[in-house]
Amino acid sequence: MSTLDIKGLQVSVATEAGFTEILKGVDLTIKSGETHAIMGPNGSGKSTLAYSIAGHPKYTITGGSVTLDGVDVLAMSVDERAKTGLFLAMQYPVEVPGVSVTNFLRTAATAIRGEAPKVRTWVGEVKEAMKSLNMDPNFAERNVNEGFSGGEKKRHEILQLELLKPKFAILDETDSGLDVDALRIVSEGVNRVKGNRDLGIMLITHYTRILRYIKPDFVHVFSGGKIVEAGGPELADKLEEKGYAEYTTA
Amino acid sequence: MSTLTTNYLAPTGREEAWRFTPLARVGGLLDSAVAVSSVSSIKIVNSENGVKLTVKSVGDQPAISTSDDLATIRAREVVTEVSHIEIAANTQLEQPLLLERTNLTGKPQASRTLITCGANSHGTIILNNSGDAILSDEIEFDLAQGSTLTFVSLQEWSSKAIHLGRQHAVIAKDATFNSIVVTVGGSLVRLLPTVEYSGPGSSADLQGLYFATDGQHLEHRLHVDHNVPNAKSRVNYKGALAGDKAHTVWIGDVYIRSNAEGTDTYELNRNLLLSDGARADSVPNLEIETGEIVGAGHASTTGRFDDEQLFYLSSRGIPAEIARRLVIRGFFAEIVGKIRDEEIENRLMDRIDSELAKVGA
Ligand SMILES: Nc1ncnc2c1ncn2[C@@H]1O[C@H](COP(=O)(O)OP(=O)(O)OP(=O)(O)O)[C@@H](O)[C@H]1O
Ligand SMILES: [Mg+2]
Repeated sequence: MSTLDIKGLQVSVATEAGFTEILKGVDLTIKSGETHAIMGPNGSGKSTLAYSIAGHPKYTITGGSVTLDGVDVLAMSVDERAKTGLFLAMQYPVEVPGVSVTNFLRTAATAIRGEAPKVRTWVGEVKEAMKSLNMDPNFAERNVNEGFSGGEKKRHEILQLELLKPKFAILDETDSGLDVDALRIVSEGVNRVKGNRDLGIMLITHYTRILRYIKPDFVHVFSGGKIVEAGGPELADKLEEKGYAEYTTA
Repeated sequence: MSTLTTNYLAPTGREEAWRFTPLARVGGLLDSAVAVSSVSSIKIVNSENGVKLTVKSVGDQPAISTSDDLATIRAREVVTEVSHIEIAANTQLEQPLLLERTNLTGKPQASRTLITCGANSHGTIILNNSGDAILSDEIEFDLAQGSTLTFVSLQEWSSKAIHLGRQHAVIAKDATFNSIVVTVGGSLVRLLPTVEYSGPGSSADLQGLYFATDGQHLEHRLHVDHNVPNAKSRVNYKGALAGDKAHTVWIGDVYIRSNAEGTDTYELNRNLLLSDGARADSVPNLEIETGEIVGAGHASTTGRFDDEQLFYLSSRGIPAEIARRLVIRGFFAEIVGKIRDEEIENRLMDRIDSELAKVGA
């Protein structure tokens, strides 16, 4: 049983006009096996929260803490965070020209597992995971995310989730851009990992549709750089119906 | 030996063609007061059927092209013997023909080579430049109708070497010249991969890779002369620089003459600056005298590591150093992969890795 603890997290980005504060004190605790949905208007800071936990250099932490089982995550380099068990499925996965998916996955698995996976079992593992996500085997030979469609990029993120086996996954709008079938397939992938690994999930989304497949234990409303309300799954339905008007002060 | 010159005038550095080159570092190759000796510098490592090398006197083997490059003009005045490599008509080389340098003394020398590809011959030639040299070198390629030549020129010189070179192809009807230039070694390398056409339907694909570290000057000046209708050219050079005073120059001159209807050309140069203190000059230049063409374009970019790529890889547990290596290898993969030789590919990539490690990039 692990705990990801976010306390009073404040984050700024450098802009031409100086630093702009985006996260204004985020408190959230996620335990293994729990799924927390984060819903909130565009620009409220959801991706900022996700990237800050993963350690994107663009964001400056100005206050608060993030710990995993009591260990300071914010003091770790980006790769150390991944090794310690954090995984971010990105809203906009990055293209890496000239680096094949095969090479990338193997390098990542070697880094996370601390040793190169055995060639024979590894190839089977990758094939199996790709098959269950309905990915054409020839993706293995393509360059990372290069020329992938929006939905293909998202599947590729979940493929990595399956292979890298983290303790906590942050899924930033993994459902956006997926067709109906892909949404089901990708959700099943997430649930598989969750079932096998007791994965803790932070699921950032705009739509309740994915929550029918990946059942949240908690729903949080994110607005103006912090969590403004928390509730059970019923809160998502209320948001879908009424929108965020009551949470936005503007 | 030649110290008396007729039409040779040393460059001053003010000429457009020499303004980027540190003339103090060319080892006397351009100095008419310095003795430059003639050398037959090419040897064939593996013999292949249908290929022969003969050394001829200059009188028996005049140049097949004209050049206004001062280094070439001087080399032509100095050189007394030309190495002539002939691939017979209709020959299909099973293996790449491997060439190495020989007779290089590390003192100022000039060398000329002519490579002729007979009609409908096909093959790959790999020239490995290594060791010490102060060399002014011209290689001309005469591609007969329907022939295809892939020429790989590896500059893996020692760190002291100085190399001024011209690699000029004359491409006949329906012939294809593929050039892959890889420059990683040498103190100063200035190469002129240039092409002209002698018949329609001909095509040139000029690919290159250079990687400069501390104090290296690596210069590539491409020139494509679209002087016939319906010819095609592609230029794609990629460079990376790391370390103090690493300097690269890439010039891409493409001329489309008034009679060159149906020309299809695109040139691209991309540079990756891996540390401060390095400088990449990149000057694409397209001159078009006819509008009746299929396409003409160029692009040039110089940038730093893409932080988003590095973040993406690191966020998957890959340490920063390995992530940078992956990105660099990825950057060069498209060019190196064209050599189609795993051993050379690994050697080049390993060299780049270790150079990177040395400068801590
Ligand atoms: N470099 C930057 N300069 C200025 N503002 C920035 C910068 N980076 C992010 N922001 C701002 O931070 C805010 C939060 O952005 P973020 O991407 O976290 O929102 P989000 O909640 O994920 O939105 P969405 O639902 O559209 O994905 C936005 O207003 C955004 O414009
Ligand atoms: Mg977002």
